[in-house]
Amino acid sequence: MTLALHGVGYRYAGATRPSLLDVDLVLPHGEVVGLVGASEAGKTTLCLVASGLAPRAIGGQIRGRVTLDDEDVDAWPMHRLSQRIGIGFQNPANQLSQVTESVFEEVAFGPMNLGLPRDEVLERTWSAVDALRIGPLVERDPRRLSGGQQQLVAIAGLLALGPDHLVLDEPTAQLDPAGTRLVADAIARLATGGASILVAEHKTDLLLDVAARVIAVDAGWIVLDGPAAEVLADPAIEVLGVAPPAAVRLTREAERGGVPAAARARLAEALAK
Amino acid sequence: MAGGERLNVGAGQDRGRGVPGFLGRRGPGRYHRLNPLTKATLATVTAIGAVVVGGLLGPALLVAAAVLLPALAAGVLRRLLLLAGLLALPIAISAFVVNLFFFPGGADVLFRVGPIVATAEGLGFALEILARILAISGAVTLFYLTTHPADLVVDLERRGVSPRLAFVANASVQAVPAMVERAAQITAAQRARGLDTEGSIWRRVRGLVPIVAPVILGSIAEVEERTMALEARGFTRPGRRTLLWAPRDSVPEATVRWLMLAGLAGLVALRATGAWPG
Repeated sequence: MTLALHGVGYRYAGATRPSLLDVDLVLPHGEVVGLVGASEAGKTTLCLVASGLAPRAIGGQIRGRVTLDDEDVDAWPMHRLSQRIGIGFQNPANQLSQVTESVFEEVAFGPMNLGLPRDEVLERTWSAVDALRIGPLVERDPRRLSGGQQQLVAIAGLLALGPDHLVLDEPTAQLDPAGTRLVADAIARLATGGASILVAEHKTDLLLDVAARVIAVDAGWIVLDGPAAEVLADPAIEVLGVAPPAAVRLTREAERGGVPAAARARLAEALAK
Repeated sequence: MAGGERLNVGAGQDRGRGVPGFLGRRGPGRYHRLNPLTKATLATVTAIGAVVVGGLLGPALLVAAAVLLPALAAGVLRRLLLLAGLLALPIAISAFVVNLFFFPGGADVLFRVGPIVATAEGLGFALEILARILAISGAVTLFYLTTHPADLVVDLERRGVSPRLAFVANASVQAVPAMVERAAQITAAQRARGLDTEGSIWRRVRGLVPIVAPVILGSIAEVEERTMALEARGFTRPGRRTLLWAPRDSVPEATVRWLMLAGLAGLVALRATGAWPG
């Protein structure tokens, strides 16, 4: 269940230059991969291409190959691909169907669209509700929830489609600290449970908690790809316009301020905890 | 929400894992619990019937039997009278005044207001028009007060209406409160920045532009993301969707619907052939 991009380039419809250039990326099953980069660096484009929405839903020109377990998904219609790769966006409200009156129906919307047997729709919906711990919300109107709660509902709606991979494009970008914590905890739990997630984020602290690996993009290229702790501590990400996690900044400041080595070691130990 | 049935919850299944009890929750009264298509048929037949039957007595009897009695039974009579009245008021007033004073060929003068003459013929016709307008607004309001839009959409989808058409119909109805809310937010934001929305009519009209434009443009800008989110949730898959519940229906109700439609067809035929005086 490996999702892979082989030499993928993508240009939006009407754009004069490509937004993604010659990207090679392998997303193995069961790994949480963080995606960082400045605004306009290509994070959203990479998410759209990896999920298949570009070019299926938004047009544009793609070259290279996107494969799932070495099978080319080029000819797959979106409704087939969405059962293997789910994608979530920044704005939680825009991901709601706007036609359901309860969180339960909202989560069930995807499986219902697939025409699955009713019992399977129910089982998948309850499982996704449990996975995101939104049981107490099932009767609520999804449009009346907080942004963080809506994002959980949106992610549950994706999980109910039974995908192998989740692609989350800045899921906490429009959330307040409480909402961010809600979504970050949910992603961390999914990660612990072995989910395969590609998550684009500006909040590198969150990535340090949940991602095993981090990729940095710049001007449509992948410029860094490695273990999360290494990439997020690499001074190069600041040059790319990405703020390092607080732990990294604190360690650097300690070094710069001449804190003795023994104290720095204790600090590193405390941060690791 | 009107009366519904939980379909096919697996026998012996853990209750918590089946269809949640709040889906398709039964309506508060027997009329609410009728199938939405039955109520829609009654509203349609009443509205069209009142126009076709003509006169004063016909629409009045129709309103009494098909609007007031069901509203009384459903416990919504007061709200119905208020809402139906408000709905009909603007058009009723203008139609009444125009017909009372400007009915062509009116000879029996009732009173004069300057050069304008109110005639008995005009009054008779104005009352007939009023009866029809009230019948239409009453029928529509009764349906609105006793039926949840989602119930009708689910019912139509079960009967074979395209899921996309059902979605568009449902989304259109559901979008209204969201648009109103967005307009209120934008109005507040623009007023906070000094926009004047009070005062003379001209000033109010001028104040509309910076409100209407963001409401419409904002909605259009969101369309792409919403479309992508729908695509990512299997919405474009051809074929039927699974429905978790559907409103109740029964053979007697279906029979009543056909009888109502047959009655309306008969009435139209009688009017068309001139057998009904009208």
